[in-house]
Amino acid sequence: MDASGFLDLFLNVDVAKRYLPQLLHGAWVTVSLSVFVVLAGLALGMALALVRLVSPRPVVWLLRLGVDCFRAAPPLAFILLIFFGLPSLGITLSAYWVLWLVLTAILAAFAEEIYWAGISSIHKGQWEAARSTGLSQAQAIRLVVLPQAFKLCVPPLTNRAIAITKNTALGTAIGMPELLNEAQTAQSFSGNATPLILASLGYLLIFIPMMMFAARLEKRMRWGTSR
Amino acid sequence: MNALIDQFFNLDVMRQALPYLLKGLLITIVLTAVLAPLGMVTGLGLALASRTSHGPLRWLVRAWVNVFRAMPPLVLIILTFSAFPFLGIQLSAMTCVILGLALNNSAYYCEIFRAGLGSVPPGQAEAARSTGLGRFATLRLVVLPQATRNVLPDLASNTIEVMKSTSLAAILSVGELLFAASTARSVTFNTSPLTLAAVLYLLILIPAVRLSGRLERRAPVTPH
Repeated sequence: MDASGFLDLFLNVDVAKRYLPQLLHGAWVTVSLSVFVVLAGLALGMALALVRLVSPRPVVWLLRLGVDCFRAAPPLAFILLIFFGLPSLGITLSAYWVLWLVLTAILAAFAEEIYWAGISSIHKGQWEAARSTGLSQAQAIRLVVLPQAFKLCVPPLTNRAIAITKNTALGTAIGMPELLNEAQTAQSFSGNATPLILASLGYLLIFIPMMMFAARLEKRMRWGTSR
Repeated sequence: MNALIDQFFNLDVMRQALPYLLKGLLITIVLTAVLAPLGMVTGLGLALASRTSHGPLRWLVRAWVNVFRAMPPLVLIILTFSAFPFLGIQLSAMTCVILGLALNNSAYYCEIFRAGLGSVPPGQAEAARSTGLGRFATLRLVVLPQATRNVLPDLASNTIEVMKSTSLAAILSVGELLFAASTARSVTFNTSPLTLAAVLYLLILIPAVRLSGRLERRAPVTPH
């Protein structure tokens, strides 16, 4: 294949122009879903870690089992299970919300473990000192333990959040019009590889800055804790 | 409640589907057994290349790692599956899955080995060299064993991620566990095969997750 033939199939300007609006719409769906997943997942994970902190043993045991399920099974297995299973119970959720639900649950499970590791790493003396100054247990958690724990949690949390956000591409398996799905549709209509190449570039444009941001945050946090 | 049990936990349907799912599980295990060593070897190679004094080579490795870490693995799989035919090359779905996931894994394993190699104090290699060991022997006998031990928890948890990622093969109709289950679902009009697949994944992966968690909590051995 000569160079112009290659460009024609892989970087075709006409095709790119024609399908750019769909691809941008797909990118927007990918980004908005990612934001919802990260916000809900991190909050739910924190709630679960706090529940674990104050719960009796059997509850903790159940919680850990549930968390491990979401950490261990492949996300796509849960997505298919929920997407195809719920309608038979008379509940219909759109592909968007199925994906949101599953990815949020998975991120919450990983986040709970990370927060928990952070909370457990705070020295017992910190708790005792906080309580002995007259702070209640809730105040000790909120004002003394969590701020210190959170610092340790930031690097693993950002890495995990990015890894799980990339799973929004799984939406294409249940026909959700996110970036990858729009690119596949555009490719089959145009008979041209350009939309997929553009989508790949789109993912790089979304995720490389996020990874760089995470790396910077990690460096700052490490510096902060060593002081 | 009955509808729930009938749709998700129907034992008759599960019993019918089990043989197919076990065949799928075998392919999942084979895929993992191919991908994990492949990813580790290429990752280690990349990590070593990133530590040479050759500037352009180091830059190339950084670009490789950043690009293949930033792309969702499914995008890499679909890209190899849909773009190669335009070049006149027809690859099987299985090859595309292995290629796409291997590119992704190599980047992750590279980052892990890079951290591991960085954790071994330079004095170790210098001491080994001064006893008369060659470059390769130093790497093989002194640096790598320590580097690997220091990042063992990360290697374990990444290998778990590799096994989970083989489920993406279902999208290209490669007959691994999840594809077997979703085929069984569409034949029986019942979700139970998917539940069974999730249970099979969990039976293998929950012990693996707990084990790797235990490795993580053990303090890393740092040589002096």
